[in-house]
Amino acid sequence: MTSLTLVRRIAARPAIVFDALTTPDDIACWWGPDAGPVLAVQVDVRVGGSFRIRFRTLDGSEHESSGEYLEVIRPTRLAMSWRWSGSEDPGESVVEIDLRAIGEGTELTFTHSRLRDEDTRRSHEAGWNGALDKLQRNLASGQRNSL
Amino acid sequence: MVNNDAELDRTFAALGDPTRRAILVRLEREGGATVSELARPFAIRLPAVMKHLGVLDDAGLITRSKAGRVVTVRLAPKPMRTALEWLRRYERFWSSSLDRLASYAERKETETRKAAK
Repeated sequence: MTSLTLVRRIAARPAIVFDALTTPDDIACWWGPDAGPVLAVQVDVRVGGSFRIRFRTLDGSEHESSGEYLEVIRPTRLAMSWRWSGSEDPGESVVEIDLRAIGEGTELTFTHSRLRDEDTRRSHEAGWNGALDKLQRNLASGQRNSL
Repeated sequence: MVNNDAELDRTFAALGDPTRRAILVRLEREGGATVSELARPFAIRLPAVMKHLGVLDDAGLITRSKAGRVVTVRLAPKPMRTALEWLRRYERFWSSSLDRLASYAERKETETRKAAK
């Protein structure tokens, strides 16, 4: 609940996926939820280095995210702090991406979490999957406890 | 916006504890419960339960109403909806971006293999 986890199986080796995640020219090709253009990419891919990526979505709105790299382990792991620039979302969060070789491809596990305290987050994840899923579903569908 | 952010932090912090999540799940299932009913399944003392309820109350996740000596606790869903909305926004962004990343990396892989031949 406090974290979003997504998994993708990709028919490309981890090194290629890792470079696609960290090279400005590559980032400009896929970043963003739709075919809107990436306007600027600045990345300094090393621990403590920063990134800033600005893009426009097809509805014409512009967005910018920035943060710092927390872990850079080619080609298996990338972690960075994350914030939306401006007033979109002043809070900081953490993005973690793990790449695992499967056959000739890669399993990518992506996590975006609100909590910065690692122990809190771990304990949270351990306890979350299960009982609260139901609660979350009910709240999401608005079946009960309507406002 | 800043207020929203502090609210989100409180919601997520309150949800970051297994006992508090268990309390919320129970309230969701049963609609409401008294403090002593809530304390019963947990191997902790009443003051500890009261402390958890205080955190949930501060985060706006529950409401407490008193009738005589009985305090009834109910779930207040709004902060959780806000938290879900926060997650959904990232989900929209990342789910599409990762699909695009996957297609892009797969094209690169194909190109790399062709070049190696």
